[in-house]
Amino acid sequence: MLAEFLQFLFSGITVGATYALAALGFTLIYNASHVINFAQGEFIMLGGMLAVLFAQMGLPLPAVLLLAVLVPAVVGVLVEKLAIEPVKGAETVTLIIITIGASLVIRGLIQVWLGKNTFSLPAFSGDEPIHVLGATLLPQSLWVLGITALVVVALWYFFNRTLQGKAMLATSVNRLAAELVGINTSWVLFMSFAMSAALGALGGILITPITMTSYDVGIMLGLKGFVAAVVGGLGNGLGAVVGGLLVGILEAMGAGYISSAYKDAIPFVLILLILFFMPRGLFGGKSTDRV
Amino acid sequence: MNKRIYYGLYGLIVILLVLPFVVPNNFYLDLAVRMAINAIIVIGLNLLIGFAGQISLGHAGFLGIGAYASAVLPMHFGWHPVTAMLTGALASALLAALVAKPIFKLKGHYLAMATLGLGIIINIALRNEAQWTGGPDGMPVLPMALFGFEIGSDRQWYWVVAALLVLTVWGSLNLIDSPFGRALRALHGSEVASQVVGVNVARYKVSIFVLSAFSASIMGSISAHYIGFISPNFADFFHSIELVTMVVIGGMASVYGSIVGAVLLTALPQALATFEGWETVAFGAILMLCMIFMPRGLVPTLAARFSKGDDK
Repeated sequence: MLAEFLQFLFSGITVGATYALAALGFTLIYNASHVINFAQGEFIMLGGMLAVLFAQMGLPLPAVLLLAVLVPAVVGVLVEKLAIEPVKGAETVTLIIITIGASLVIRGLIQVWLGKNTFSLPAFSGDEPIHVLGATLLPQSLWVLGITALVVVALWYFFNRTLQGKAMLATSVNRLAAELVGINTSWVLFMSFAMSAALGALGGILITPITMTSYDVGIMLGLKGFVAAVVGGLGNGLGAVVGGLLVGILEAMGAGYISSAYKDAIPFVLILLILFFMPRGLFGGKSTDRV
Repeated sequence: MNKRIYYGLYGLIVILLVLPFVVPNNFYLDLAVRMAINAIIVIGLNLLIGFAGQISLGHAGFLGIGAYASAVLPMHFGWHPVTAMLTGALASALLAALVAKPIFKLKGHYLAMATLGLGIIINIALRNEAQWTGGPDGMPVLPMALFGFEIGSDRQWYWVVAALLVLTVWGSLNLIDSPFGRALRALHGSEVASQVVGVNVARYKVSIFVLSAFSASIMGSISAHYIGFISPNFADFFHSIELVTMVVIGGMASVYGSIVGAVLLTALPQALATFEGWETVAFGAILMLCMIFMPRGLVPTLAARFSKGDDK
């Protein structure tokens, strides 16, 4: 009973950590530009696929990690420079379509380049499971949780203790006011795309040894990350992390106790319920409208 | 708005009347039928996106409900296809109303998220309830019969769909020009202002969403009967995105733009088939380029170019 529950909990928070990183990515870009970046999922996919590619080339693990995070970050910046910046101030629908176009281009290129096969990455430190109260925990899960926790702490430090981070926060509160006090808001937009692509890619790399990867995993992972961001209250960093873990845990519990066939539906049922009963998400503030 | 807006409708009728006599073979007739079906769906969706300023990312879910109602009810329960189609459409409308009511009390793009979720749930259900729907492999659909007369050939379907398209265009132009349409446009301009002058914002948005869901469901049923086979891909997220793209590329808030968008994007996969393997990249690149260089869509951009200073 307890063992089973723990087992679902472990797998839930592991996947949930990936959703949390993706949700943080959505949050960063949403705060900087009010764009909902539907290409976020493709960065998760890129991270995983590139890590597999670099690992097959025989690079050492730290180099694999670094490159598989940096390359998607560059891609994220390219998307921002080439597709988002030229249409500044366009309607939300237009921006959504552009990011969907970007996601198709990224997914299509990877499909042409690396094929449609499913790939796996060796776990960072072996596959010997750890036994906890009758449940088993993969060492890779500890990597996922540990690195996610580090990233969250680093982000917290960045936004609360550094000038650059505070500049990004200021821009999200009021872009015009931020520009007036001398903040370079194009730089903020640039940084938010780079960071959110890097976060997504990192999540993708960490989870690949457990779930495997292929060119088309980005759609579902991205959408679930989006659900996590909305559950936490779109634009709220803490909310994104809690939302990600919550979505992961509920999905794992639902798959275990209710129906594994409907596993993928659970986050979306959750989002409908949240929208009906707590429309601003768990952590979203109240908003007022100015005429 | 003036009578000139109806010239396009007359032009459309002429094109639709001549088309079946000039197409070289059935392949193009089939393409024309699918273009017309998409055009009708897209006009409905455009009323929502272009006039109510709300985006639905799960419209293929409503298509799916219609299509599977027309497939499952006659096949497993012996219903008449017309009853099945109407049941599907009513179910879609009801579902749309249920979802939209609480959502439209909120500001912002929450409908996008809610419809996204709804569409995916519908798709997963269609894939999993294999005893009814045939699961991921899909299922055949019995032919449509009306007053004992079976609609079978591509040419018969062409006339049915063409008539529906003309009706839809005529109905939408009238709707836009009615008090209802003016309220919708006011809404897109400024919600607060329209509320102040007494427009019941939430009610109008719900009505237009329900209408577009109803129309999508009917066209889902018609597609199912026309193709004779249906699979869950018909109701997936990618199909929803394709429909939104048709709206945006043709031009938001433009009825004729919807037709242009539907025609172009229905033809696109055929044209891209020659780039084997590169279709996805090409489709994505075209989307981005269109949105970057013509954010208002084709028809409004071109219309503005040809009639400078002549507003509406």
